[in-house]
Amino acid sequence: MPVVEVRGLTKKYGKKTAISSLSFDVNEGEIFGFIGPDGAGKTTLFRILTTLLLPNEGKANVLGKDVVKDYKYLRKHLGYMPGRFSLYMDLTVEENLKFFASIFGATIEENYYLIKDIYSQIEPFKNRRAGNLSGGMKQKLALSCALIHKPLLLVLDEPTTGVDAVSRKEFWEMLKRLKEQGITIIVSTPYMDEAVLCDKIALIQNGSILDIDTPNDIVSKFKNKLFSIKTYNKYLAIKSLESYEYKNSVYPFGDSIHYSDKRDNTDNDVLIQFLQLCGINDCEVNVIDAGIEDVFMFLMKEKRHEQ
Amino acid sequence: MRTFANFILKEIYHITRDWRSLLVLICIPVIQLFLFGYAIRTELNEAEIGIIDRSKDYITQEITNKLISSGYFKLNAYVENEKQIEHLFKNGTVKEVIIFEPHFATKLEKEGKASVMLIADASNPNIATLVTSYTSSIIRTYQLELNSKSIKANTIIIPEVKMLFNPELKSVFMFVPGLIALILMLVSALMTSITITREKEMGSMEVLLVSPLKPQMIVIGKVVPYVVISFFNSMTVLALSILIFRIPFEGSFLLFTLESILFIITALSLGILISTIANSQLVAMIMSLGGLLMPSVLLSGFIYPVENMPLILQWLSYLIPAKWFLIILKGIMLKGLGIEHLWKETLILMGMAIFFLAVSTRKLKIRLE
Repeated sequence: MPVVEVRGLTKKYGKKTAISSLSFDVNEGEIFGFIGPDGAGKTTLFRILTTLLLPNEGKANVLGKDVVKDYKYLRKHLGYMPGRFSLYMDLTVEENLKFFASIFGATIEENYYLIKDIYSQIEPFKNRRAGNLSGGMKQKLALSCALIHKPLLLVLDEPTTGVDAVSRKEFWEMLKRLKEQGITIIVSTPYMDEAVLCDKIALIQNGSILDIDTPNDIVSKFKNKLFSIKTYNKYLAIKSLESYEYKNSVYPFGDSIHYSDKRDNTDNDVLIQFLQLCGINDCEVNVIDAGIEDVFMFLMKEKRHEQ
Repeated sequence: MRTFANFILKEIYHITRDWRSLLVLICIPVIQLFLFGYAIRTELNEAEIGIIDRSKDYITQEITNKLISSGYFKLNAYVENEKQIEHLFKNGTVKEVIIFEPHFATKLEKEGKASVMLIADASNPNIATLVTSYTSSIIRTYQLELNSKSIKANTIIIPEVKMLFNPELKSVFMFVPGLIALILMLVSALMTSITITREKEMGSMEVLLVSPLKPQMIVIGKVVPYVVISFFNSMTVLALSILIFRIPFEGSFLLFTLESILFIITALSLGILISTIANSQLVAMIMSLGGLLMPSVLLSGFIYPVENMPLILQWLSYLIPAKWFLIILKGIMLKGLGIEHLWKETLILMGMAIFFLAVSTRKLKIRLE
């Protein structure tokens, strides 16, 4: 039986629909990622799953229990880390951890093994107030606090937002180890590069799921040949490619441009020639494998066409 | 139980770590007490008076001498006619004008009765009450002296008191009970509404809700330390006002304590009610200050007598818990009344406490919306 089973879940705030008829399953021992930009509906979904909000339509079962009826049971067995690390900034590291253990009737000692990896890194600062910790340390403390009662399901809402790159990497390694301990994890993130670290991902946009699959399978859905183009004149290059008769898609991607072509046999030279005709002489073109973000852009466009 | 104890411990950390707020919380009542205590003067010192003496006989002369030699009054002028009185008051030169009727001594001897009129500037009601009551009592003393040595007993001098500018003058001077009510309201309602909305604002309410803690427990846990603080505050104010301002405390201390607890519960449930509506500390603060504190100050009879207000405000004042608490406190402290005289007000307050407690627990959310 799946740990989380969601069918046709819809939530409206007045007239505005935050999420519309979502359906998905999360299996035991998975790291399940929701990838999508701000305002996609990730937080609303997580709040419904953690019994904090009531859905307007549809059903959600978590740990085999209904999120509406059995909220009391679920609140004992969920570990939830909201978007802003909800620590008490005027309490010390240790006091925070003790407090969160005590509200679940647990003690630090009995579940220390679960957080040892994470907590040992911030333990030297255990008498420091949480408000004086760095972003990465706050994140580790918040995770320790969410774990200290040994939850069956861990729900993490954008745990890596506002945290430096090194801490982000460490954080994902910690999640991997927690998964090995048998804890199912649902996590959301706006960072596409974190998607590959999940077992399964759902791409979410404007309250609907674009696709659910393993990261590899999602990437393999990108059939067109993808080019990365680097040039100083990015603006002109994008404008030119937009009007190119064979273009499938073109969008800026970091400091380069990602371009896909309708033809299968295009190669770098064809593109370089085309761009030279448009007055761009400095461009560097490479064929690359599509990433999650490319698929996201592709699916988003498709969705827009449908509507 | 251990969970609950830990919760309260956490709340105590919050309060003690923010020592500036704590200091303000404890000092404000004391500062208020001294402000009210010294701003409202309770003694007269050489208040200037005017006298219209239409009789100019030995008795009016003696009364005038008694008044001036008392040290409370200083003769500013003998006024010739009544038209000048208003002028004097408007200049603010005199606080009171005393008018002796013509043939004062003769009337007193023949009819055993004579009238003196006291006109006071009641634009400052406190001083007006003070000067007239001091004057009346000096005249009364003099009358007693007269009676004891006069052959003809039972002469009566009737001081006729007339208040100008504020005819329905009532005493405003019993500020300590009002201050206690105000402090309990301030700390209980304002602080609880702020402390609960702070959890909402910081997002920690989300985590607390996704835990086995019941929402009632969360609220009670947050409120308990403030009950202690507000109770401590009211005791400080009471002790200081008895020791420094010599405020009488006639009634039972036990009754005072129980009634205070009843009022604290009412104020707390109002604070909780506000916190269920407000989503930020700022909104909670504005709601408690504007919606609770201002009406409590203005409509409870603490500063302005309710009897002088328009009818609609008088009706509104029935809804203010502080009004009933004030009646109870004044009854206990100043009149030494027991529960047999105060049961009606106590019942009303109890009804309010139960009502607000029921509403606020009903409105307490188990979810975010």
